[in-house]
Amino acid sequence: MTASQSRRPGLTERLLDVHNLKVHFQVSDRTIRAVDGVDFHVRPAECVGIVGESGSGKSTLVRAVSRLMPNLRINELSGDLRFEGRHILEMSERDLRALRRSHGFSMIFQDPLGYLNPTHRVGRQIAEALSPQGKGRPDGQRVHSLLQEVGFSDPKSVAHSFPHELSGGMRQRVMIAIALASDPKLLFADEPTTALDATVQLQVLQTLYRIHKERNMAVVIITHDLGVVAELCDRVYVMQTGKVVETADTVDLFERPKHSYSARLIELSAHRVDFRSAAP
Amino acid sequence: MLRYILQRALYALPLMLVIIVVMFTLLHLIPGDPVQALVGDYPVPPAYRQAIEEKYRLNDPFLTQVWNYVTAVVQGDFGYSYQNQRPVLSLILERAPRTILLASVGFAFAIPLGMAIGVITGTTRSSTTDKIWTTSALIAYAIPTFWLGQLLVMFFALRLGWFPTQGIGPLVSRAHGFDWILERGRYLALPALAFAIHEGMRFARIMRASVIDTLSQGYIITARSKGLTRGQIIRRHVLRNSSLPLVTVAGYAFGSALSGAVLLETVFTWPGLGLLMVDSIRLRDNLTVVGVVIFSAVAVVLMNLLVDILYAMLDPRIRTGG
Ligand SMILES: Nc1ncnc2c1ncn2[C@@H]1O[C@H](COP(=O)(O)OP(=O)(O)OP(=O)(O)O)[C@@H](O)[C@H]1O
Ligand SMILES: [Mg+2]
Repeated sequence: MTASQSRRPGLTERLLDVHNLKVHFQVSDRTIRAVDGVDFHVRPAECVGIVGESGSGKSTLVRAVSRLMPNLRINELSGDLRFEGRHILEMSERDLRALRRSHGFSMIFQDPLGYLNPTHRVGRQIAEALSPQGKGRPDGQRVHSLLQEVGFSDPKSVAHSFPHELSGGMRQRVMIAIALASDPKLLFADEPTTALDATVQLQVLQTLYRIHKERNMAVVIITHDLGVVAELCDRVYVMQTGKVVETADTVDLFERPKHSYSARLIELSAHRVDFRSAAP
Repeated sequence: MLRYILQRALYALPLMLVIIVVMFTLLHLIPGDPVQALVGDYPVPPAYRQAIEEKYRLNDPFLTQVWNYVTAVVQGDFGYSYQNQRPVLSLILERAPRTILLASVGFAFAIPLGMAIGVITGTTRSSTTDKIWTTSALIAYAIPTFWLGQLLVMFFALRLGWFPTQGIGPLVSRAHGFDWILERGRYLALPALAFAIHEGMRFARIMRASVIDTLSQGYIITARSKGLTRGQIIRRHVLRNSSLPLVTVAGYAFGSALSGAVLLETVFTWPGLGLLMVDSIRLRDNLTVVGVVIFSAVAVVLMNLLVDILYAMLDPRIRTGG
C-alpha cells in the first residue's frame, strides 16, 4: 500500500504539532479556560493517550484540533496548530474538507448512537463518508470491506440496518468504519468505549488496536481507564484544569510518575483493578 | 409496516363511533321540542313532524335512538336539511371539495414556505438574517387571518384589480381546459394566499426550532467530519430529520382545516364547510351542524392516521420499535 509507505515513521517527524493551544468559553459573564496553553504532538503511526479528570479539557482539546468545535460561546481560540506542517486554524473550509475526505484525520465519539443519523441506513452513512458527493453505493464492495475490517462477518445485513437496530458495540464499530473511510493518517477517539459494557469494551479496543497497527494509522485516544493506556498507548498526556501536567512514555509514567496528580491517578486505577480481581 | 397501518386504523374506528354518539347525545340535550330542534328556525308542518318522529323513532328508548342514528350515519344518512330543502349529506359533499381545495392549495404553499424560512433562520441562528426573518414571520403570524384576508383584498383586488374580491367564480363558465383552471385560480388565489401565509409562518417557527435542535445532534458533527459541505449537510441530514415535528403539526392542522377555515371563508364568501357551518348555526339548522361536525371529526381522525403512517415512513425507529 502506498499510503502506509508514505507514512513510515521518522522519529522526529511530527504528524500533528500543537503549540500553546488556548480554548476559552464565555458562559454569561464567566470565562472558562477549558484548554489553557497546551503543547501536544503526535508522530506518524503512534498511539497517544490523553487522561485526566472530568472537565479537564480533553474533549475540547481534540475538538479544537480537528476543528469540530461549535462556534457558540467561544471567546478565544488560538495557538500554533499544524497537521503535516499545514496550519489547521488558518485553513480554509475547502482545504479542511479535502483533508477530512482523504488522508487527513477522523474522529469517533463516546456515544455512537447520537453520532449516527437515525433515519439513514448504516450502509448509506458509510458510503457517504467514502464519497461525499453521494456517488458511493450503500451496498458497494468498499462499504462491505470496511465493515469486514472492523469485524463484521455479515457486512450485507449490517449495511442494511438502521443504527437503532444494532448493539452499542456494533454501532461503535460502524463509527470506526465511517472514520476509516477517508483512509486517515490520524484517528481521534474520544472515550470510544465508556458507554459500552466491559466485555464489549475489550473487543472494540482490540479492533482499534489491530487497525492502528495494520494501517499504520496514528491514534489519539481519550480515556479514563489507565489500563487502556497501558495496553495501547506509546505515550500519555495527563491533563488537569486545561493544562498538560505531565507527558511521558507510557512505561515511564507508570514506573515513575513525576507529577503528584499522575501518581494519584495511577494509584486510584491500580486500586480499582485490585478491587475487581478480588471480587469472586 | 402494513401491520402498523392496520393497527392504527383499528384504533381509529372506535374513536369515530364515539364521536358520532357524543354528537347525537348533544343534539338530544337541546332543550324544548326535539322536532323543532332538528328542523331549526323553520315552521314545522304537521306532515313533517310525523315523518321526523317516525324516522328518528323519537318515542323509542334513548339507546335505541342512538343505535338507529349510528347505523344511519354509517350508511351515509345524516338526515334532511329543511332549511336547504335537501339531504345534509349532499350539502356536505357539495361544500367539502371546495374546502379541501382551499386547504390543499394553501398547505401546498405553506409547507415549503415554512420549511424554507425555518431552515434559513435555523441555520443562521442569531444572525441578522435570522432576526429579520424571525421577526417578520412573527408579525405575519400575529395578524388574524380575517384581517390579513381584508388587507390582501384591499391591495390585490381593489387597488391592483388582479383578483376578484370574493366567491369561487361564475356558476356557469364558458372557459375550457387551461383557461378554466386560470379562471378558477384567480378566485382561489387570495384566500389560499392568506391561508398559506398564516399557516406558513406557524410552520416556520416550528421548523426553526427543529432545525436548531437537529444541528446540535452528534450526527451533524459526524457529517462535518466526513468532509461534507454545508449544503450537503443541510440537504441530507438536517431537512428530513427536522421535518418530523412538522409532519405532525401540519397533519393535525390540515385535519382541522378540513372543518373549514371559518373566518377566511366568511371574509372571502368562499362557500365551503366553514361557511355552511356558520350559516347553519345562525339558522339553528342543527342536523346540518351535527353533520358537518361529524364529517370534520372523521376528517381529523383520518388525518391523524395518515400522520402516524407518514411519520413511521420518515422515522425508521417507529416502524421497528413498537
Ligand atoms: N461548548 C462549550 N461551552 C461552554 N463550556 C464548555 C463547552 N465545551 C466544554 N466546556 C467546558 O470546558 C471544560 C472542559 O470540558 P471538556 O468536555 O473538554 O472536558 P473533558 O476533559 O472532556 O471531560 P469529560 O471527561 O467529562 O469528557 C468544562 O468545564 C466544560 O464545562
Ligand atoms: Mg470529554
